[in-house]
Parts: sequence; structure tokens; C-alpha cells
Amino acid sequence: MTPPVLRCRALRKAYGGQVVLDNLDLDVAEHEVVALIGASGSGKSTLLRCVNLLEDLDDGTIHLDGDHITDPRVDPDLVRRRMGIVFQAYNLFPHLRVLDNITLAPIRVHRRPRAEAEAQARDLLARVGLAEKAEDYPDRLSGGQQQRVAIVRALVNSPRLLLLDEVTSALDPELVGEVLTMIRDLKAEGMTMVLATHEMGFAREVADRVCFLDGGRVLEEGPPERVLGEPTEPRTRQFLRRIVEAGRL
Amino acid sequence: MRPTHHHPSPVARQRAAYRRRQTVRSVLVAAASTGVLGTLLVIAVTGAPGWHRVRQSFLDAGIARAALPEVAAGLWLNVRLLVFCALGALAVGLAVSLLRTLRGPVFFPVRALATGYTYTFRGLPLIIVLYVFTLGVPGLRLQGTPPVLVLGGLALVLVYGGYLAEVFRAGIESVHPSQLAAARSLGLTYRQTMRYVVLPQAIRRVAPPLLNDVVALQKDVGLVSLAGPIDAVRAAQIATAETFNYTPYIVAGVLFVLLAIPLIAVTDWVTLRAARRQAAR
Ligand SMILES: Nc1ncnc2c1ncn2[C@@H]1O[C@H](COP(=O)(O)OP(=O)(O)OP(=O)(O)O)[C@@H](O)[C@H]1O
Ligand SMILES: [Mg+2]
Repeated sequence: MTPPVLRCRALRKAYGGQVVLDNLDLDVAEHEVVALIGASGSGKSTLLRCVNLLEDLDDGTIHLDGDHITDPRVDPDLVRRRMGIVFQAYNLFPHLRVLDNITLAPIRVHRRPRAEAEAQARDLLARVGLAEKAEDYPDRLSGGQQQRVAIVRALVNSPRLLLLDEVTSALDPELVGEVLTMIRDLKAEGMTMVLATHEMGFAREVADRVCFLDGGRVLEEGPPERVLGEPTEPRTRQFLRRIVEAGRL
Repeated sequence: MRPTHHHPSPVARQRAAYRRRQTVRSVLVAAASTGVLGTLLVIAVTGAPGWHRVRQSFLDAGIARAALPEVAAGLWLNVRLLVFCALGALAVGLAVSLLRTLRGPVFFPVRALATGYTYTFRGLPLIIVLYVFTLGVPGLRLQGTPPVLVLGGLALVLVYGGYLAEVFRAGIESVHPSQLAAARSLGLTYRQTMRYVVLPQAIRRVAPPLLNDVVALQKDVGLVSLAGPIDAVRAAQIATAETFNYTPYIVAGVLFVLLAIPLIAVTDWVTLRAARRQAAR
């Protein structure tokens, strides 16, 4: 049997005295889309950053495609090339044109010929309707366009796993749609994804499984209809009730 | 771009005409006030009781002409020193600032050395460093000691390298950590992240203060003449001693300003561009 794309076991991460991840387990199978939900501060971003090895774990292990990536002898740079991560604030490089943002890693990291990398980047941009923005600097783009460029930039490495951290929460409502369409398309193509989100409607539609993070672990998980529709844990119910009151379901 | 056939409305035309009138008015006002102020200044200076004596000893055209070749030859030394010291100090400053960003216990000695360097050479008066290098080092009578000019240049590079290192470091630290995270998440190594993501942004941001320090360096390179080489100011001093007239100093001063104008203009332009870019955000 092939191992899951991502396997997290007994993750623990504390900042100072504050325990953010506490004995957290999570598996993600190939082509699966997992949505992480939970209150602000419940550790969704921290989990994604730990998986991308941007943060050091205090304890626990992470395997990617069966490889132990939290082994201290493993080179994190090599591991990160097998995943993509997109941040809430896009984090595009302001001094590089859209095209150069996307081709930086292929050219410098993967040593691919510039012409080939640029052709691929233009192709990807065209698919998300941004072909004519290739020569622009990021600050000339709208938030939704910047976020789509950031997703393209993460995809250009052909990642095995895509991590998305609240990729729509910095966007105006009318710009959210174009980013969500893009993620829907990625799911249709079979991309394995873990996404942190506050958009329950989106989690319900795109996720195969929803994980509710609370107290530093996955308190409740299952198909979206079940977790969002008939949660069994009182904490999950309380969280969802607040979301409904805020009008976000 | 779609061509637009837009005929301005009467309101827009009135507005444009009004703006044109206003522009003409402000140019006239500026010209008039400059003329009045200039006239007053000339009257005040030339009417001063000592004006005649000052003009003789500071503004003698004949002496100026005679001193010009020597002073200009000295200025050529300033220019060459400036180019080499500016490049050297920029390289040293950048290297030291990068060493100071290295993390991890392996690099502790390098980091400590780099920090010690910036503390020492920013604290030391330039004159003292110059004397130690140009008079002290040759005193050792070592084989292959470079000429005094090179030693003096080295002193300047070390002192200014210390200042520039701090400017570079401020730039590097001004790049938001999320930029580093984004670069590392793409698989770039620490070095590649510095080279392609952090430094280009940092240098753009600190270009104005860097150039400002180069303008200051231009005035300080002349201090190597303390050790013998003849720069523009020293050449003027020699000419002054021969003629008992201070005009050569004025000649040197004018040449210095002429030399600085392009550099200062570039600094202003870069600063303006940086400010615009900031405003565009
Ligand atoms: N670098 C850090 N230093 C100290 N504390 C941190 C750091 N990063 C995160 N934290 C803390 O860890 C906790 C979890 O943060 P995290 O960003 O993972 O939450 P989140 O679930 O993503 O929240 P949100 O929905 O608001 O994005 C928070 O209490 C936060 O204050
Ligand atoms: Mg978060």
C-alpha cells in the first residue's frame, strides 16, 4: 500500500509557554483535499508552516510520501521543493515582475533554462486569465490577481502537496470568486491540498474532509456535511454557531 | 490602448486656462523675488567696508588662472581616490553586513569580528586611522609595504566601510520576514534568498543614504594629503603659501562643488524615485 502524501504524528509546538500544537495527528491521502477550520489562534497557520519546515517542531514527526522530513539530517531546502505554500498576504516579491516571481525558483533552484521556465509560466498565467499581466510588477495587480499569481508561483515547482493558508481572507468579496475557481480547478486536476479557511461554504464545497482544530489538536474530523452539518463535539458546535451568527456560513 | 476622441467641455477648458495663468504668475513672482534678494545681497557684500581687501585676497582672477593647473591636478587625485575608495567601501560594507546576518554557532567568530569592526571603525576618528596607516604601517619597514597613497585609501575604505555596513544592515532588516518565508518555501537556499530576494529590495531602499555617504567620502578623500600626496586642497594651500593670496582655495572649492553636483543630483533623483515608489504602495 502506498503511504499517505502527508503523515503528521504527535506534533507539538509551543511559543514560549503557549502550546499551539499539542499531540496533533493528521494524514492526507493522495488527491485528497483537507480543510482546516478552527477559531483564530487555534494553530492552523502554525501547522502549515511546520509542515513546510518554516518552523521547527518541538516534538513529533512529519512524513512526506513516506519520507521522514523532520529528521534533522534532512535538508529542508530539498523538502520544500516538493511542496508549495500560499500565504494569506500573497508575499509576492515586489521588485520582480509577475513572470520573474514565477520563474525565480525554476531557474535558480531547479536550474531549468529560462526560455522553458518562462514558457511554462506564461502558459500557467494564461490558464488563470492573467496572460497580459506577465510583465507587470505585483503592485499594479488587484488583490485577487496577486493571490492567483502567488498560487501559480507555488504550482510551478509541480508540488506533491499544496498548502493554502486563508488565501481569500485578505480579498474583497467580489475578488474571492476568481481565487476559489482556481482552487476548484486544481482539485479537479487531482492536486493534493491542505487549506486553512474561515469560509465554511468553500470548505463544504471543495474539501473531502474537514478537520476542526481546537486545543492544539484535531478535535473532530470527517466529511464536510457531517462535521459542518451535525457536529458531535460541543466545541465544534459552539464554533459553528459563532460562525453562523457572524453570517459566514 | 483604445484611442480616445475626447473633446474637453467648456468647464475643463476654463480650468486648464486658469491653471496656465496661475503658472505664468508664479514664475513671474519667483523671478522678481530672486532678483530683489540677489540685488540686496550684492549691495550688502560689495558695500561692506572690507570688500576691497577681501576681493583682492580671495577673488584675484590672475592668481586663479595661475593656480588652476596645479589645483586641477590635485583634484584628479581626489577623483581617482574617490572612485576606488567608494567601490572598496561599498564592497566591504556589503560583505560585513552580510556576515552580521549569519545565524548559528559556527559563525559566531565571524559575526563577532564583523560586529567588532563596525563598532571600532565607526568610533575611531578618520584622522587617527589615516595616521596609523600612512605613518605607522610604513614604520614597520616590512617587505612590500604599499605606497602611502594606497595605505591612505585603505584607511578610508575601512572607516567608510564601517558606516556603509550599518546602512546595508538597516536595509536588510527592513525587508519583511514574510519575504524570506516566501523565498524559502519555494526551495531557495539562504544564499539564493539573500541574493535574489532580500538584497535587491534592501539596496533599493537604502540607495539614497548610501549615495549620501559617498558624497561625504568625496570631501574626506583629500585628507590623505596629511601623509604627503598632493590633492586639490593641498595644492591650493601650496599655491597660497607662494602668493600670499587665498584665491587658490576658492578655485579648489568651486572645483569640489562642480565635482559634487552630478553625484548629489543622482542622489536626489534616486531619493525621489524611492519616495515615489513608497507613495505608490
Ligand atoms: N512567531 C510566533 N511567536 C509567538 N507566538 C506565535 C507565533 N506565531 C504564532 N503564534 C501564536 O500561536 C497561536 C496560533 O497562531 P496561528 O497563526 O497558527 O493561528 P491560526 O489558527 O492560523 O489563526 P488565524 O485564524 O487568526 O489565522 C496564536 O496564539 C499566535 O499568537
Ligand atoms: Mg492563520
